[in-house]
This record gives sequence, C-alpha cells and structure tokens, in this order.
Amino acid sequence: MPEMKYDDYLVKSRMPLFWCSGCGNGIVLGAILRAFAKLQLDRHNTVVVTGIGCWGKADDYINTNTFHGTHGRALGFATGIKLANPELKVIALMGDGDGATIGGNHLIHAARRNVDITAIVVNNFNYGMTGGQYSGTTLEETYTTTSQFGHIESAFDLCRLVEAAGAPYVARSHVLNVIQLEGFITEAIRKKGFSFVEALSPCPTHYGRHNGMKTAPKMMQWIKENAITLKEAEKKPQAEWENKFVIGKFTDKESVDYSTRYEAVMALAEASVSKGVSEREG
Amino acid sequence: MNRISVNTAWCKGCGICAAFCPVKVFTQERDGTPVPEYQERCTGCKLCVLRCPDFAIQLEVSGDEPK
Ligand SMILES: Cc1ncc(C[n+]2csc(CCOP(=O)(O)OP(=O)(O)O)c2C)c(N)n1
Ligand code: SF4
Ligand code: SF4
Ligand code: SF4
Repeated sequence: MPEMKYDDYLVKSRMPLFWCSGCGNGIVLGAILRAFAKLQLDRHNTVVVTGIGCWGKADDYINTNTFHGTHGRALGFATGIKLANPELKVIALMGDGDGATIGGNHLIHAARRNVDITAIVVNNFNYGMTGGQYSGTTLEETYTTTSQFGHIESAFDLCRLVEAAGAPYVARSHVLNVIQLEGFITEAIRKKGFSFVEALSPCPTHYGRHNGMKTAPKMMQWIKENAITLKEAEKKPQAEWENKFVIGKFTDKESVDYSTRYEAVMALAEASVSKGVSEREG
Repeated sequence: MNRISVNTAWCKGCGICAAFCPVKVFTQERDGTPVPEYQERCTGCKLCVLRCPDFAIQLEVSGDEPK
C-alpha cells in the first residue's frame, strides 16, 4: 500500500464541508483522518459507521468503507459488522444526541460487551441538526430551543458512564486541544476492545447562540475555561471540579474483546458437538 | 519565512485561526476571511492548520516540505 497522507482519506470532491461556519465537527474529522494516516489504516479494511445528525454526516467525507445507519443505532450496526467480520477496523461516529441520548442503551451495552469498536462522540451539548433541542448532555440551567428558561435536567458524564459499563479505553478532550484529541483517537483505534473518545465541540449556531456564544472561538474559549485535567481534578476535592469538564484518559487497560471470547466459546461448542457425534457413532 | 495560504473556496470565515494563533498572525476581512498579515511572526506551530474546521489553511514552513 502506498503511504497514505491524511488528506488521502478525505473525499475532496465533496468539499466544502456541509457544516456551519465554526462547527467543531471539521476539527474532529481532521483529527480522525490524521490518526488514520498515523496508523496507515487500510481503506478497504476500515468501516466508518454513523447514525444521523450533523456529525452523522461525517462519513460523506471519509474515503474508507462507510455505513450510514439510522439515528441512535450506529453501534448496533457497528456491532453487527464487527461480528460478521472481526478482521475489520470499525469506527462509529455519533453525536451526543445520536450516541448518548436516543442511542444511550446501545452505548452502554457495546461497552459492557467489549465489542472491538472505536466510538467517537462529538458532544456539542445539543441536537444540532434538528434545531438545537436539549440532549442527554445539555448542561443544567443552560438554554436550548426546548429549555428556554433553563434546562432542569442534569447532564450525563459520558466518560464515567462508559467506564462504569466496562470499556477498556475511555478518554475526553476538546477541539481546541486538537493534538491531544488526535492522540486519544489514535490510541483508541489501536486498542483491542471497546474504545471511547468524547470530543467537546462548539455548535455556535444553536447551543452557542442560546448561551451567549454566537461564535465558535467564544464557545471554544468557554469549553477551555471550564475544563480541568484529570490529574488536577484528582488532587482537589470533588466540589471544586464537579461542574467542570474533566479532560484526560479515564481508563486504558487490557480486557479480552467480544469477538475473541465468541470464537473461544464457538470452539468449545463445536468440540462438544463433534464429541457427541463420535460418542453416538462410536 | 513560513508561508500561509488560505483556500477561500473552503474557508467559512469562522475566525478560529485568528482567535487562537499564539502570535496573532492573522487579521480578518469584514466577512471573516483571514489574512496572514503578520506572516513573519509565524513560528510554524501548525495549530491553525490543525484547528481549521474546513481544511482551508496550507502552511509551508521554510526549510520544510510543503504540508
Ligand atoms: C428515530 C429518529 N428520531 C429522530 C430523528 C430526528 N433527528 C435527526 S438528527 C437528530 C439529532 C442529532 O443530534 P446529535 O446526535 O447530537 O448530532 P448533531 O446534529 O448535534 O451533530 C434527530 C433528533 C431521526 N432522524 N430518527
Ligand atoms: S447546527 Fe451546530 S452541529 Fe450542526 S453543523 Fe451547525 S454548528 Fe455544527
Ligand atoms: S479557521 Fe479555517 S475556516 Fe475558520 S476562518 Fe480560519 S481558515 Fe477560515
Ligand atoms: S502556524 Fe502557528 S504561529 Fe503560524 S499562523 Fe498558524 S497558529 Fe500562528
């Protein structure tokens, strides 16, 4: 395979990107394509799976195999693809609405099963594509189209959720820290088992506009100012950081993935069947 | 000197490059289009390239191959 540069994975004929000016999706897309190039992923052996949403359109711009699924179900399709052909590298791209709200159940179960998939959630704190309604990660007391007097629910901490469900690799960064983000994505793709990266990202058009941050730089600055590294947080009492975005790697461990265990149990089953046959015939 | 060029067909004038360049290389036109007015300050850190959401910035670091 000739050496792949990051933009060899980009579908340039579809440019310019369909996303709004300043949408963070393009920064995450760049980080992913650079990670692909770093790992020299074989386009024909890689499948990018998406659901529906602004971020769910990312597959339009990626030159590998892609599968555009239905809203909230990217991980269901990705699991099926991986089980059918465990040799494939499977990467699922989901928004916070897609991956963590309507698709929240798929997320925790894919993590629990430890299916060898990399899930990359772009968390822009709302349903961007449909007009900025609140999602499961909208912060309490902030404003969206459907919480005009302040949101009364608390937000999921997706990394802690996925970690608790058993995923062996979990990390969070934000688009301003694009180098760190690219590093996490690279490690996640390398990891055997369910790996999860959350990228905090601006949706200036909806969430930003409703919360006094009409431009992408303002929303990126806001994320940065409200972020704390995991290392710093660990040194401080919880009350000092519980309302902040904790940035860093939460888990990075080894754990036997689903396909490997499936193969082992199938071997046992086959041995038991052939033993039964030879006993009956013997 | 490092050379910065902006692909105006892809750029959407979001201002991310101008806001976060550590040495303030860019000014912006009224529609947001960045102009690398103080190119001589550029350290070649590539952050603007990596953070541009629209793949619109090309940077040629002097003595380096084109990126
Ligand atoms: C089953 C189903 N329910 C609802 C929708 C409408 N819908 C399309 S995109 C979307 C939200 C997308 O939000 P998110 O996943 O956060 O991605 P973003 O657009 O912010 O990138 C919704 C509710 C749908 N397409 N299918
Ligand atoms: S609506 Fe928000 S998430 Fe969708 S493209 Fe625009 S800025 Fe991005
Ligand atoms: S970051 Fe990119 S899209 Fe935004 S203004 Fe700069 S060159 Fe244009
Ligand atoms: S490479 Fe770095 S210093 Fe040069 S313009 Fe871009 S952000 Fe500024």
